Amino acid sequence: MHGRPRKAYKPEEEAASAAKAAKLRGLQSQFMANHHNKIYTKEAVDLSTKLLEINPEAYTAWNYRKLAVEDKLSGIESDPDLVKTILDEELRVVESALKQNFKSYGAWHHRKWVLSKGNSSVGNELRLLDNFQKLDTRNFHAWNYRRFVVELTKRSEQDELEYTDDMIGSDFSNYSAWHNRSVLLSSLLARKADGFLPNKKIPDEYKLVQNAIFTDEDDQSGWFYHLWLLDQTVNVETPLLTSSWPSHSSRISLYAGCSKGSFSKLTTFGSESGSFPLVLYFDQAVGGVSSSTVTIDSELKGNEDLVWEPVSKKNSQVSCVWVARLKYISSEPCFGKEYKVKVRVGNSPGIVSSRGCNFSASYEFVFTAHVHDTVEESSQDGIVSWKDGFDIWDAESKDLNALATLDRSNAQMDSKWRQEAIAEEIDLFRELPDSKIGKLTLARLLMAKAMISDDAVKGVHYNEILELYKDLMALDSSHYQYYKDEHSVALLRKVTSSTEDLSGHLFRCRNMNNSVCLRLNNLSLSRIASVEKLLFVQMLDLSHNELHSTEGLEAMQLLSCLNLSHNRIRSFSSLDSLRHLKQLRVLDVSHNHIGEHSVDTTRYLCSSPLSNSEWPQDEVGSQMPSLVTKYWDAYFVLRDLNLKQLDITGNVIAGDEFSSFVLQVAPKLVWLDGKKLEI
Amino acid sequence: MSDLLPYPPLDPTTYDLIIVGTGVPSSILAAGASSSGSSVLHLDPNPFYGSHFASLSLPDLTSFLNSNSLSPPPSNTHDFLSVDLVNRSLYSSVEISTFEPETLEQHSRTFNIDLCGPRAVFCADESINLMLKSGSNSYVEFKSVDASFVGDSSGELRNVPDSRGAIFKDKGLTLLEKNQLMKFFKLVQTHLASSSTEHDETAVKVMSEEDMESPFVEFLSKMRLPQKIKSIILYGIAMLDHDQDNTEETCEHVLKTKEGIDRLALYITSISRFSNAHGALMYPMYGQGELPQAFCRRAAVKGCVYVLRMPVTALLLDKASVRLASGQEIFSQKLVMDPCVNIGLESLSSLTDQQKETLRVLVPKETSSKEKIARGICIIRGSVKAEISNALVVFPPKSLFPEQLTAVRVLQLGSGLAVCPPDMHALYLSTVCGDDNQGKTAVLSAISTLIRPQVPEDLQTDSIAENDTAVTKPVVIWRALYVQELVKGEFGGEISSTSSPDGNLNYNEIVESAMKLYEQLMGNKELFKEETENTAEEDDGDGVEIED
Repeated sequence: MHGRPRKAYKPEEEAASAAKAAKLRGLQSQFMANHHNKIYTKEAVDLSTKLLEINPEAYTAWNYRKLAVEDKLSGIESDPDLVKTILDEELRVVESALKQNFKSYGAWHHRKWVLSKGNSSVGNELRLLDNFQKLDTRNFHAWNYRRFVVELTKRSEQDELEYTDDMIGSDFSNYSAWHNRSVLLSSLLARKADGFLPNKKIPDEYKLVQNAIFTDEDDQSGWFYHLWLLDQTVNVETPLLTSSWPSHSSRISLYAGCSKGSFSKLTTFGSESGSFPLVLYFDQAVGGVSSSTVTIDSELKGNEDLVWEPVSKKNSQVSCVWVARLKYISSEPCFGKEYKVKVRVGNSPGIVSSRGCNFSASYEFVFTAHVHDTVEESSQDGIVSWKDGFDIWDAESKDLNALATLDRSNAQMDSKWRQEAIAEEIDLFRELPDSKIGKLTLARLLMAKAMISDDAVKGVHYNEILELYKDLMALDSSHYQYYKDEHSVALLRKVTSSTEDLSGHLFRCRNMNNSVCLRLNNLSLSRIASVEKLLFVQMLDLSHNELHSTEGLEAMQLLSCLNLSHNRIRSFSSLDSLRHLKQLRVLDVSHNHIGEHSVDTTRYLCSSPLSNSEWPQDEVGSQMPSLVTKYWDAYFVLRDLNLKQLDITGNVIAGDEFSSFVLQVAPKLVWLDGKKLEI
Repeated sequence: MSDLLPYPPLDPTTYDLIIVGTGVPSSILAAGASSSGSSVLHLDPNPFYGSHFASLSLPDLTSFLNSNSLSPPPSNTHDFLSVDLVNRSLYSSVEISTFEPETLEQHSRTFNIDLCGPRAVFCADESINLMLKSGSNSYVEFKSVDASFVGDSSGELRNVPDSRGAIFKDKGLTLLEKNQLMKFFKLVQTHLASSSTEHDETAVKVMSEEDMESPFVEFLSKMRLPQKIKSIILYGIAMLDHDQDNTEETCEHVLKTKEGIDRLALYITSISRFSNAHGALMYPMYGQGELPQAFCRRAAVKGCVYVLRMPVTALLLDKASVRLASGQEIFSQKLVMDPCVNIGLESLSSLTDQQKETLRVLVPKETSSKEKIARGICIIRGSVKAEISNALVVFPPKSLFPEQLTAVRVLQLGSGLAVCPPDMHALYLSTVCGDDNQGKTAVLSAISTLIRPQVPEDLQTDSIAENDTAVTKPVVIWRALYVQELVKGEFGGEISSTSSPDGNLNYNEIVESAMKLYEQLMGNKELFKEETENTAEEDDGDGVEIED
């Protein structure tokens, strides 16, 4: 039962409970003796009944009864009446045990077990459930068992949905009923049952939950359900391709060698390896991206069997981001030519979301790759400075349009009802007088609207969202970090929402041969978002923010320079996602909190080097095992990177010992903490 | 009592208290006085219990309403210290119409019709407290009134959203109105919680002293509640009679916020009082007449002597005794009379001033109260609201017609309460009024809004088919309209009187005045004190018996 204060025992109650305990101990030891000696006589079983009626939590006793039932049943299998008598007795014991404590796992499990033996009346089970659910409407054991019985008896989901109607009608604070409703509706909507089309049903559900929220905005149940509904409105089950690099109809210039590009165009890419990444960004984690599900049609040789890799944590075969490396310098040189590359995603089925939905509509995009024969030899060993030498980006926005798919193409989404539903909700929640949850919901709704509406109105929405989260941060300090993160997400969405907004953050870096730098510094960002629109970025300044982790940056496969100075990075584990950035050469993590916390929980959460079979065979690992053990998190990140320049000053971890360790792990390093290394 | 011997002599002939009339206040007094050890003789001139609070069959009800006087002819022995008493009818403008005599004939025994309707009790009512205290609750069984509505001239009935669940389910309120109403309820609840736990200044003052003294309707406006919700709160929950919006005209009837909050508190606590009752209101099985009977039974258990069909014909002033219709003289220092008993005009003229003073409560007064109550009873086939049997409907002032000054309350009760045959309902209406016509107009207007207009006899058969498809409104089988005088109880030393039924939905004011009278009569003894100590605890456990 909810909301009942626990009372201290009176002396006489304590005495009674002591007596009960003594009696129980007696029963228990007798019972255990029976159990060990496999005695299943009537007296022995009755003893277990007695025990369970006093203490339904005696799980061993339930198991003993199962054995006893099996024992009895093996003797009389042929007589259905006798079988029924035996099982009915079990059901009776469970019922009286549940009357003692209806939250006993053992009792409910035993009942399920008995039911699985057959011979039970569905009506009885539902009647029993009605009683228990009346006693405590939010008893999740009863709700779980209800779902079990429903499945067993093939009771229709529509009937069950009506039951939640009744339960919510009698008390709309019944979170269990709302939850069950969301489970049932998900299933009914997914299999498109008669009368359960999302565009009809979801608006009805909004009406129901509005009543709950407006009647009592302090009650959480409705808000949870509203959040679920919003999720149903915004998210489409089938995975979509959000963006790619190169993007559709773009032109990229490719150079041989390690040029950082002395060209004004953003679309210039050079690499020592003679290949460029092809990045696919999906709206949800998918698996099954391979050369058979994604076909490439191009004259670039040697790309027949592309290897697609998920850009995610090790061993995970699902990811939002997939990358393949296309070779543009093959055995026979083909400089100075233009190549059309046609990419067809979802050509054959196989791309499946983690929820099990197929990427259904195949999607095709084409880009042009211009392979140049001139190799620009630049002072590749020069230090990259983030301080000065930046010019305002003056390119026409047309240039930018070609860079990235700035707008998600939702043409295939039946978005009209979704937009209407969200617009209606926004109007409604603007009316709800100030409350924390009201503001939060309004912010979420506006964000949802911004995601599925035209760009023209987006800016306005984002400003309102940012204001709402600012208010919330001031109002509700205990959830400050959550609001802060959401604020960051909204801010980044705003920045990336239009070419105008984005170009305000783009600069030309003189020292880097005028290459383009995205500067998102001093925005008090605590989280990274909207990366799908920034796949083209090669130089990124995130300094002077409040970032704890680089999660999200792994998608930016072209990134070669990254400034994370003056953030709140606490360990190298937080930089783990950078391991996927094969082009990264310059990294500034100075003035963070690395090494500050003696107990770094992320270190414990990550796999320990001791369990990793690779490292002892590693050259560095065998050379200086003690340092690797000490700095193993740094070791794993730096080992996989190919850094030329690293800044770690202003961190607790920095020091001579760590510097010498870094030199070993990153042999190609030229600049460490602004000093040129002598090689 | 034996019917064969109409007037058997009573023994003993001396009592601490004689009570005439078995209405609710008289019965409470009888039960209270007997419980505290006094010897009580409880008389009623009628052949039934309950007096003006009785539930009767239709013929009995008709004859009771129509009878002007039940008193026997004045006794012939004219000794000058004897004062003749007469019964005066409280009812005027009685108008009874039977539309389907055969139907009524068929079911003549199945009606229990209240004289003082519409009347229901709040679960947290003082009358319920008193029943629990006295132990008389075991004689009555209550059932919940399923729903309450606010109506208007269009005939549409809107649910009274009186609880969290009801607000959630309500279809008539906008989301914002739901929000405002719930906020208001929460404010009231916080106020009640803070005022009940602590009385000192440390308690958070949810509502200011100034607010509490302001008119309730102004406070509601201050809470920014829209007109629709204000009307629901004032008339559908606080059960006010008089228009609160035009405060200049009726300033004596303006309710203060403090009183308004008290009324809401009664409603809110009623909803949660008994777990097996849903809603705030309930109604006794077999009619309101069961209530006075329950107290009488309790009194009888405690030794009170009951004689029905026994009018008191005269007071014998020098002997401190009364003369019964049987001719017997019974002695008592204290006498409590029914509100309809007066001194006969013949006797009055011969009284000295001092005697008049002693008898002052029985001296007929020039219409002591300006207000009367117009009541209506309809036996109907069908229900005013589909699928709901027991329901309260309130028509706020001006909702039926612009000149409507006071709220009209309507209570529909079904066969589940054993007050009428199946398929029929008893519909009670009442409104407070200044004169008979005004009251009857309002009651009739409410009736015509709720009930299908009566078709002339010869046309009835032809139009039935048409009516059945077009209108789902119920049909009236029998109707009574009457206006009842309001008489307040009075303490007069040796001779006192009790109150007549009032215009309220519940008995709170009647019970309060009875308790006050009891204290005055018995010298500040607390009513049912002993019972409180003996039985309070177990009573609290199971409460009033209510079936769902």
